[in-house]
Amino acid sequence: MLHIVACIKQVPDTKIIKMNPKTNTMDRASAPAILNPYDAHAVEEAVRLKQRYGGTVSVVTMGPPPAVKAIKKCIEIGADEGYLITDRAFAGADTLATSYSLTKALEKIGKILPIDLIICGKMTIDGDTGQVGPGIARRLDIPPLTSVKKVVEVNKEKGYAIVHRKLEDGYEVIQSTLPCLFSVEKEINEVPYSPLPNVIRAARYQPHIWSVDDLEGVDRTLLGLKGSPTIVAKVWPPEKPKGGEMLTGTPQEQASRILSLLLERKELFRDKEVTG
Amino acid sequence: MSNLEDYKGVWVFIEQKEGKIAHVSLELLGAGRKLADKRGVPLAGILIGHQVKPLADEVFAYGADIVYLYDAPIFRHYRTETFMRAVIHCVETYKPEIFLYGATSTGKDLASAVATDLATGLTADTTMLDVDADTGLLEASRPAFGGNIMATILCKKDRPQMATVRPKVMKALEPQKGRTGTLIEETLSLGEEDIRTKVLEIVRDTEKKVRIDEADIIVAGGKGLGSKEGFQLIHQFAEVLGASVGASRDAVEAGWIDHHHQVGQTGVTVTPKIYFAIGISGAIQHIVGMHNSGLIIAINKDPNAAIFQSCHYGIVGDAFEIVPMLIEGFREALGKAEEVQYGGKV
Ligand SMILES: Cc1cc2nc3c(=O)[nH]c(=O)nc-3n(C[C@H](O)[C@H](O)[C@H](O)COP(=O)(O)OP(=O)(O)OC[C@H]3O[C@@H](n4cnc5c(N)ncnc54)[C@H](O)[C@@H]3O)c2cc1C
Ligand SMILES: Nc1ncnc2c1ncn2[C@@H]1O[C@H](COP(=O)(O)O)[C@@H](O)[C@H]1O
Repeated sequence: MLHIVACIKQVPDTKIIKMNPKTNTMDRASAPAILNPYDAHAVEEAVRLKQRYGGTVSVVTMGPPPAVKAIKKCIEIGADEGYLITDRAFAGADTLATSYSLTKALEKIGKILPIDLIICGKMTIDGDTGQVGPGIARRLDIPPLTSVKKVVEVNKEKGYAIVHRKLEDGYEVIQSTLPCLFSVEKEINEVPYSPLPNVIRAARYQPHIWSVDDLEGVDRTLLGLKGSPTIVAKVWPPEKPKGGEMLTGTPQEQASRILSLLLERKELFRDKEVTG
Repeated sequence: MSNLEDYKGVWVFIEQKEGKIAHVSLELLGAGRKLADKRGVPLAGILIGHQVKPLADEVFAYGADIVYLYDAPIFRHYRTETFMRAVIHCVETYKPEIFLYGATSTGKDLASAVATDLATGLTADTTMLDVDADTGLLEASRPAFGGNIMATILCKKDRPQMATVRPKVMKALEPQKGRTGTLIEETLSLGEEDIRTKVLEIVRDTEKKVRIDEADIIVAGGKGLGSKEGFQLIHQFAEVLGASVGASRDAVEAGWIDHHHQVGQTGVTVTPKIYFAIGISGAIQHIVGMHNSGLIIAINKDPNAAIFQSCHYGIVGDAFEIVPMLIEGFREALGKAEEVQYGGKV
């Protein structure tokens, strides 16, 4: 029986979000909060492994109280338990402080039921670093396996896992001892519509909610803004290249103009074999 | 908190695979050189692998003053556990103030582990770098919140200041043949029995590799092509031009083309000499991946499409009308040019 914990985050949907042009900050109200899309794949993979090997899937998140909604979404996908750590002391955390707080939560979850495997998403769409997963692994001193696109085997009895890690030009097959941490690629699975019983269970489900005081052995100087070595010094709107010339005339004339632009750069086409 | 005075010099992690240095590492040597010169400190490369010593010359040629070398069989394949230990050992011994990694899967994996262990700051996916000459404070800027803003990140109290940097945004220097520097060979007592991970096999893509980041010409298509069949038009045009095929994320998500072709924030950053954006609306997340291209030509049927704010030449029109004309015209023109050329030779 495996205990798999997925780390998940509630994020503003950056695809629809509007920026306040005066302050260059996000207008959070303009975007719905969603389960980080990459983390849905992490939960789905945990659920599939549970179906394959038996066990329990927990999810953990650090965030403000409304993050309960993201946990419920994970219950819909098939997670069994959800843990929210929420406290003002966590606010303003960069990746180093985030991985510290989550590690403390994972240690506590591990006391309730020892953890065999932790699964993170590839990245969050707001933080967008992919650093939190490997950070947790380092702190727990377990092997991090990033860019996982397929889980070949998890063998608790013999204490190992085998996965495919995506590389720029292929993949590698890597074996690790358990426990270990995966950061998974989107292509690892597809998240289907949730079965009705899960949806019903999610509606009623109340996650475990912990504050800093509920965690053990916490060094408060390592939390939140205080525990974050990096600070955002300045934000500005991204520079876009200036709009160029709009071509006019008939489509044929416009096409001719493009052709002459191409042919001015003939050296680019020199090695080309011409067909037709 | 680190004693800042103890940390000197700019470092670049030299990523290599099977005896070939990743291009991004050469780009970072170029960027690192500028930072080091501004600060008046040396630039170093840290090279880890098995039988990689000969690569040190290349690292010097591209601008490094020092190469730290860890060469042993245990480093044959990249593994977080082994590489991390070498890097941490080196940082603790020689204490750099700035440390750059390519934002590749390997670079990000390594940098995240190292930063956590050293409890220092790490900025991800940087696209702009500068340093304050006096304080040595690194200004690492990157797109944030899905590319909606740019942010400058500082790490004031801890060293080294670390960043992963996107491939293709910095420029490598012209290599200077024969340029040398100091090679420092280090060893680590690390046995296979200390390591919990094993690479069982490496499988390289056998199908023709798509490396759109290296292409001179890219024809990119978006959701505007309407369907997988419609997207064939992009392939046809690319083929006559000898170009690589790029795509927007929406085209990739529609399943018309593989993710390797995606240009943009969550895809590849490209800087070809010519970039065609066809049926692409010009979302900021796409623009950040291609706006440094030499010549950007956009074709879109919507005169208000954002892409027209980000191109050198724009055509308002239907791709299915314009592109076939370009294909025909180009074939003809090139055919004629070749005829003349061959004719002239006789
Ligand atoms: C965190 C995050 C990361 C992202 N990363 C990326 C990324 O890396 N790369 C990326 O591309 N996107 C990325 N996106 C998505 C991006 O925001 C856009 O949704 C996407 O680029 C839109 O793709 P598109 O232009 O193909 O589609 P659309 O926005 O649907 O545009 C289609 C265009 O085609 C035009 N058109 C329609 N028919 C024709 C025709 N017959 N002839 C000519 N023109 C026609 C339309 O006028 C329209 O402008 C990201 C989004 C987020 C939130
Ligand atoms: N606040 C958080 N709570 C729980 N998990 C998180 C949190 N932030 C990041 N993660 C996990 O770490 C991964 C990488 O996040 P990031 O480094 O922010 O890109 C995410 O996909 C999550 O799995």
